[in-house]
Amino acid sequence: MSLQGNQPQLQTNLNARHRRGKIWRIIFIASTIIAIIALAILLISIIDDSFGYAAITYKIPPSQLAPAGKSLETMSCEELIPILEENVSPNRFRQLQSEKPFTEWSQEECYETVVFEVSQPKAEETWSLIYSLRYANELAAYVEQEYPDGILEFKQWLNIDFITQPQSKDPLIAGIRTAIIGSLYIIIIVIVIAFPIGIAAAIYLEEYASQSRIHRIIQTNINNLAGVPSIIYGMLGLAFFVRVLEPLTSGYIFGYSNEATANGRTILSAGLTLTLLILPVVIINAQEAIKAVPNSLREASYGMGATKWQTVWNHVLPNAVSGILTGTILSVSRAFGETAPLIVVGASTYVTFDPDSIFSKFTTIPIQIYQWTARPQDAYKNIAAAAIIVLLIFLLALNATAIYLRNRYSRRLQ
Amino acid sequence: MSINIKLATDQFTPTTPTETSNGRFAVEATNLHVYYGNFLAVKEVNLKVETQKITAMIGPSGCGKSTVLRAFNRMNDLVPIARTEGEVLFHGQNIYAEGVDPVEVRKHVGMVFQKPNPFPKSIYENIAWGVRINGFKGKKLDMDDVVVESLKDAALWDEVHDKLQQSGLSLSGGQQQRLCIARAVAVKPDIILMDEPCSALDPISTLKIEELMRDLSKHYTIIIVTHNMQQAARVSDYTAFFTLDENRAGYLMESGQTNQIFMNPKEKVTEDYITGRFG
Repeated sequence: MSLQGNQPQLQTNLNARHRRGKIWRIIFIASTIIAIIALAILLISIIDDSFGYAAITYKIPPSQLAPAGKSLETMSCEELIPILEENVSPNRFRQLQSEKPFTEWSQEECYETVVFEVSQPKAEETWSLIYSLRYANELAAYVEQEYPDGILEFKQWLNIDFITQPQSKDPLIAGIRTAIIGSLYIIIIVIVIAFPIGIAAAIYLEEYASQSRIHRIIQTNINNLAGVPSIIYGMLGLAFFVRVLEPLTSGYIFGYSNEATANGRTILSAGLTLTLLILPVVIINAQEAIKAVPNSLREASYGMGATKWQTVWNHVLPNAVSGILTGTILSVSRAFGETAPLIVVGASTYVTFDPDSIFSKFTTIPIQIYQWTARPQDAYKNIAAAAIIVLLIFLLALNATAIYLRNRYSRRLQ
Repeated sequence: MSINIKLATDQFTPTTPTETSNGRFAVEATNLHVYYGNFLAVKEVNLKVETQKITAMIGPSGCGKSTVLRAFNRMNDLVPIARTEGEVLFHGQNIYAEGVDPVEVRKHVGMVFQKPNPFPKSIYENIAWGVRINGFKGKKLDMDDVVVESLKDAALWDEVHDKLQQSGLSLSGGQQQRLCIARAVAVKPDIILMDEPCSALDPISTLKIEELMRDLSKHYTIIIVTHNMQQAARVSDYTAFFTLDENRAGYLMESGQTNQIFMNPKEKVTEDYITGRFG
């Protein structure tokens, strides 16, 4: 209806304008929905692979090992050790004992060792969660037919053991502990080095540097470096940190020499490489945060007779800190999920012992995922999915920290 | 009021008004030119500002009055492309002379800005901070005294005495501006520059600030830039009228006692501007 009498011209015009607006609105909504669907598919497929039935066969079923009327699970270590001794080679038995004297073993350890050393379970086939739930009966029949000695077991691939156990060749007992520790080591190195350098550089560029030609060249280069593909940083890390600085990164010059490790392919090299990778992003984020501090605040400070440093330290930084932290933490989460440069730098894909210093060989969660997905066996696919969930949880935790810090500091300033 | 502010450096120690022969003038600008890059923003300003009086600078937009004001405490130094020529004497000493630290100039020549810009800190800290960075080494109780005195000087004490730990940003616009004045007063400057201090405020807050300026002028020299002709007429003792030439360079048209400028201007342009015929 037109507003004032007969103005058909205005009315048609208005309708067309509203129509155009509606079309755009629909496009925006559709884009959002597509993004949400993509995310949902990703999450569902990961969770789908992290749980589900597995057909497991044993070399000697645990039920045959236990004396009649008893089950292995309830037997004590004193009863379990002889079974172990009976069924493994003398060499293996001595090896197990030398790793940790039997007297110190808990019942659970005894049980698990007997199962894995003697029964030797093997995941023949695995099925995804949705498939498992839908075709449970068919699967039972199928396993009975295909693997007469096997059992059908519902596996939670993501469980406490998975997080606390080290890497193993057997997907049934492989865990991600070494990778988690490796990732955390590297992230700490990145934070310790990239934060101070990046923030200091940002302060210099924003507050001190004069607007000269050199300044513009530096700024352009930082922006370009932020867009350089990560694999190239990996090459740089390999050439410089691993090769040139080997005495440093492998710890020789600190008297840390363990011939079995790393030749420069250490946590330190990886941390330094990822530091270089995120440094431009940290600088740019911190610069943006510093730029966002209103100039009136700087003027107020100078107007009181404050020096440049007093102004920066007392006003610019406290007001920029939430932005700086948000930006830098998000770049750290980028480093956390980074794979390619670490492969080039020489992350070991198979590390069963925890790194004990920054000069150790290492693996990280993304590397572990990459390695597992490359394996042909079904079960590796499942533990890779479980590892992805662990990785996502870490990333969410980092992002949540960023949000928390931002809210906390911006509230303090009100 | 006993405050003991020790200066970090002593290379710039202006003599007090009573000690100098030309103590009548707090600021004397001689042949002042300010450039922004190649652009001449202000030319040939010769202006004497009387001590412990209020001097208003008026003129159309872009005539360089704010630039001149900011030349008096070297705030233009913060603009990378700005360049200043000529002399600005502060109680007889040129603040643009070699070896003069602008940081110290600003301690003696405080400033209040167009938009209230309290620090995002508590009301107490807003005032204490400036005193502290200027080398205050006293006890907490002395600092409390400084804060209370400054707030009283800025006619803000009655309104905020029970909420000193609240954020300065929680105050109303007019209160924030008075907090900025209190903050400036706290470091005991000789001169307070005010760059359109009331342009963001309502009439009641404006009135309060004007009354406050009258009070402060008993102890301080105040220079105020304003677009509000009535304000200049109401509050100031002296008025300087700026305008711009055909190259958009601002210059001082005429200055004198406010009565004379408003009642009996020498220049036609001044009269036209004041009576609202242009600008």
